[in-house]
Amino acid sequence: MKGDLFAPGHRACAGCGPAIAMRHILRASGPDVIIAQATGCMEVTTTPYPETAWGVPWIHVTFENAASVASGIAEALKMQGRENTKVIAIGGDGGSADIGFGALSGMLERGHDVLYITYDNESYANTGVQRSGLTPMYAATTTTPAGSKIPGKTQRKKDLPMIAAAHHIPYVATASIAFIEDFEAKIRKALSIKGPKYIQVLAPCVPGWGIPENKTIYYARKAVETGMWVLYEIENGKLKINYRPQKLAPVKEYLEGQRRFKHLTPELIEKIQDFVKAEYEKLVSKDGMQLF
Amino acid sequence: MVKKILEGSHAVAEAVKLCRPHVLGMYPITPSTHIPERLAEFVNNGELNASLIRVEAEFSAISSIVGAAATGSRVFTATSSQGLALMHEVLYAASGMRLPMVMVVANRALSAPINIWNDWQDAISERENGWIQLFVENVQEAVDTVIQAYRITEDERVYNPVMVNMDGFYLTHVYEPVDIPDQKDVDEFLPPLNYKYKLDPKKPLTHGPFAYPVPYAMLRKRNFDDFHSFEPIVKEVHDEFAKKFGRSYGDGIIEEYKNDRPITIVTMGSISGTVKELVDSRDDVGLVRVRLYRPFPKERVAEALEGKEMVLVIEKDVAMGSRSGALFLDIRDALFSMRDRPRINNAIGGIGGTDITREDIAKAIDELKEKDGEIHWFEMRG
Ligand SMILES: Cc1ncc(C[n+]2csc(CCOP(=O)(O)OP(=O)(O)O)c2C)c(N)n1
Repeated sequence: MKGDLFAPGHRACAGCGPAIAMRHILRASGPDVIIAQATGCMEVTTTPYPETAWGVPWIHVTFENAASVASGIAEALKMQGRENTKVIAIGGDGGSADIGFGALSGMLERGHDVLYITYDNESYANTGVQRSGLTPMYAATTTTPAGSKIPGKTQRKKDLPMIAAAHHIPYVATASIAFIEDFEAKIRKALSIKGPKYIQVLAPCVPGWGIPENKTIYYARKAVETGMWVLYEIENGKLKINYRPQKLAPVKEYLEGQRRFKHLTPELIEKIQDFVKAEYEKLVSKDGMQLF
Repeated sequence: MVKKILEGSHAVAEAVKLCRPHVLGMYPITPSTHIPERLAEFVNNGELNASLIRVEAEFSAISSIVGAAATGSRVFTATSSQGLALMHEVLYAASGMRLPMVMVVANRALSAPINIWNDWQDAISERENGWIQLFVENVQEAVDTVIQAYRITEDERVYNPVMVNMDGFYLTHVYEPVDIPDQKDVDEFLPPLNYKYKLDPKKPLTHGPFAYPVPYAMLRKRNFDDFHSFEPIVKEVHDEFAKKFGRSYGDGIIEEYKNDRPITIVTMGSISGTVKELVDSRDDVGLVRVRLYRPFPKERVAEALEGKEMVLVIEKDVAMGSRSGALFLDIRDALFSMRDRPRINNAIGGIGGTDITREDIAKAIDELKEKDGEIHWFEMRG
């Protein structure tokens, strides 16, 4: 191999979390794959015509339809007897949880042989870091600024992996770019399964989160160590927690140093801590259970 | 060839089946619904070997077949009105990406107020979107035009999506005797698709990239220039079809009917049947029916209207803000450089399923005969 199928030289920011995710998606998939991608940072920065970072066949149509485009690709491959070629749809959190939510649900429900990957940078980064349904509670974004009256986003993060799993699809997983082998293994496993699969990978955004460019992986790891993000799989409806720290690190360690959380008062940090602890315990208590 | 009495939608479904599409993205909306329903029967009965994706919205109907077309499969969808409007964003993407695709639009009024009946506002509102648009007069032409549409869109010189417009209800729900061509003949006319730029790991291509201003403008201009080169190819395909199947529709671009008279009515679609009856009943009026609406065949239309005293454009849509219908604008533009141009008037009607009768048209002609630039609304009945 001459190098990565996802070539360097794209226009993503230094330290871009999603770009790391893209590279490893292709490392795991290998060349026999077709990618359908939603509008967002990873589309805009990787394909400045006539250049492209993609060493595999790749298509972008609109912001909200990667899942539908992928549905059509998968059916076309089936009709042509080219089913060995894998289909991966990729969207950001906005493209997946918000505007493309209907298309994603439709694709999962209809059962196309597609792996859908959400790279979750917890905002609409491409348009200047606005709130998405996957922005976490109290994060400041450009549409949920830290005001003197309202401290950032007031709603919790939409539970998209569980919503995906509720479609009774064979495989759902969460991942973090700090656990790259786990992420790649999940992609490989997903691609070995027929039918619709869903993976959501946490991928920090340097300008969006307001973190130093050498701290991308640090925060992707801290999220998992603090329980802000939990690595798990749901295979045929059964939950398996993949990583359980001996003891959860305090969320403060994750929130600290991120500009989007700079406004948090000790009270708000405590609220987040209580919320994360409760959610984590609820989830972990279901480890090994048949959820769907 | 078998002559059958079929509902228009079912005849179209037969035509689609004969074209052997691989992937169909389908969502119901009146009056196009009977097309996907009949196709679903074909698929579920094993008469059509295709994947029919029962999507969750028209946005995904069109998106899924964009994906399939880019993967090199022959595709189809059908819709109307709100469904077409919902597809809007993807329609531009599909033509920008120059994909071979065919869609039938059963033309219907647009909301609000919501109305399920026929007019052309849905298709007319998409006139800038870069799709080739054909309007058919009857069910037989719908059948034949669907088959031609695949030949047009899959021609390497074209590779551009095609929309076949048929009047909702008037054509989709009417029973007419139609010749359904033999599979063998259609197979000969329409060889399997071999799309040159398909998504294929053996030759990785990037479709639908991001473009900075200069490359964007260059690509837009290329599509703009190419678009007009499709007109002779539409004609070529029509002529070849006529030779093989023995049916033709004017010259494939426009149809002239007794167009040797001082007054000419210009229109599109099924209302042309009513106009032909009127033309037959008097000796001062002829018809030019526009079959290829986009790209608009400006020179061909001008040629057909040269030397006329009065041209009356009849249409079922409005160009909001232009004080006329949209077809009128194109026709007036076609007459622009003529030295002694005919007087030209516009009659708007059929909106939201209202009737246009032969008498209405006769009355409009008599009223507008000596006028120029008048916008007339037919009496609203129905
Ligand atoms: C229909 C539509 N609405 C809005 C936009 C503007 N837009 C482009 S990308 C984007 C946000 C993308 O967010 P996300 O999916 O989270 O991906 P990211 O930018 O973070 O990579 C928005 C709002 C668009 N391109 N299309």
